[in-house]
Amino acid sequence: MSPADAISWALLAAGGVSCVLGAVGLLRMPDFFTRMHAASVVDTVGAGLILLGLMVQAGLTLVTVKLVVIGLLIFFTSPTASHALARAALARGLEPKLADGGAPSKP
Amino acid sequence: MLRLASLAAALYAFWILMSGYLEPFLLGAGLACALAVTWLARRMEIADPEGHPAHLTPAAFGYWPWLVLEILRSGLAVCRIIVDPRLPVSPTLVRFRPSQKTAVGLATHANSITLTPGTLTVAADHDEFLVHGLTRETARATVASEMDRRVRRFEGGD
Repeated sequence: MSPADAISWALLAAGGVSCVLGAVGLLRMPDFFTRMHAASVVDTVGAGLILLGLMVQAGLTLVTVKLVVIGLLIFFTSPTASHALARAALARGLEPKLADGGAPSKP
Repeated sequence: MLRLASLAAALYAFWILMSGYLEPFLLGAGLACALAVTWLARRMEIADPEGHPAHLTPAAFGYWPWLVLEILRSGLAVCRIIVDPRLPVSPTLVRFRPSQKTAVGLATHANSITLTPGTLTVAADHDEFLVHGLTRETARATVASEMDRRVRRFEGGD
């Protein structure tokens, strides 16, 4: 196994583990908003590490360029979608369970 | 004008990198498409500093690596919470005033908070962000944070 293969497999494995941990978090978390935090591990760390591992596999080719574009797409759209989801939930009256009771704390 | 030229060049480079074919017909078709889209963008008045923030490209290469490290660090912290049998979460909402002035800066700050695992921007306005944090500490760490200062510098502030 070449060093590049070893690095690539380490990245792919780490990405896979992050996705599984995110999924476990999704099941364990107590409410909608905390579940979204677990899901964000999947679409940032998980997807990022897997894409990086694939880039190491592809080397300096056009495939890597496309993987970079996919990565940029995920990094720009996923927070926008998460924000829209959270805002919609709050607008429809879904109250987050908070540790310190009701009102948001003022710094 | 310079902005339109940079938009056309970026679109054409995107076409060539995505297709990978260098035949004269496809290169010509790509150029025609890039110019047509640039013309449409000008007509729609979206080829402005907000729609095509080309002036921020050098700053982005300074900010993004820091953001990636930040994402990895907080991703690890959230994974630790997930595998902890006691599940030590303390969900908290915080409101604060972001220091950015431009729409691109505010969107970058709000998106960076959401990208970082453990914090989520629920509402983003010019004068107030509402952020949900997985723990008390992660939520409070977004107020007057290093990220806030770095995005301020990224958008061209001091």
